[in-house]
Amino acid sequence: MIHISEEDFQALRAHGEETYPHECCGVLLGKSEAGVGNRVSLIVRAGNTRTDSAHNRYNIAPQELVKVQRQARGLGFDIVGFYHSHPDHPAQWSQTDFAEAHWMGCSYVITSVDKGKAELTNSFLLTGTSEENKAFQNEEVVVETPQPELISKERGEA
Amino acid sequence: MKIHIPTPLRSYTGGKETVEVGGATVAATLDQLATSYPELRNHLFTAEGKLRSFVNVYLNDDDVRYLPNKEETVAAENDELTIIPSIAGGCCCNL
Ligand SMILES: [Zn+2]
Repeated sequence: MIHISEEDFQALRAHGEETYPHECCGVLLGKSEAGVGNRVSLIVRAGNTRTDSAHNRYNIAPQELVKVQRQARGLGFDIVGFYHSHPDHPAQWSQTDFAEAHWMGCSYVITSVDKGKAELTNSFLLTGTSEENKAFQNEEVVVETPQPELISKERGEA
Repeated sequence: MKIHIPTPLRSYTGGKETVEVGGATVAATLDQLATSYPELRNHLFTAEGKLRSFVNVYLNDDDVRYLPNKEETVAAENDELTIIPSIAGGCCCNL
């Protein structure tokens, strides 16, 4: 299970619409909570370095990842997952996605973008302990809408 | 020196994001890391003892693979190493 706020959820889907017909990618920061799963607190957009074939490949520069990991550390978060889009392809992981997935315990969120519009968003947890026994497992995406009382309190209306 | 461990490998460092190990070069430091945390070795190195292709190692802000002396680069006590597995994929490799 992955928990993400409505705002972040919409933002990562919008990112896929913006970069269409190219793939977008980004990093999910937060915490892994026992019995809950990955909880996303912040999403960080990344640049797709695969300008040669950006419509069907994505790659986040390791240099950028180092910076994001440093940013996460400063905020008290961990890298808990990644997201990317599938322009005009289903929101399912591909063999390439699987072969190049190495972050066990992290969530890989995929959004299908059909003709420029974000459609389905699915998440896959990379399970296993090694390259030999890793597997993608479908996981539920729990989109959390802020409670109205909390919003009005923040705005000073309560 | 300080070594930063990515999320998936922290289960082998007792949950620690940052560990301290000593070594004169990057290679020596990584070897010391794998000696201190034996479960890490198989995740970092191939059976031949080479760094796995998807494991990136940064000395401060530099990719060790692109340094003139690569893993034999001399590392100082106040340097920081970051281990970061690659992130890539694609939607339609069959086309
Ligand atoms: Zn993909």
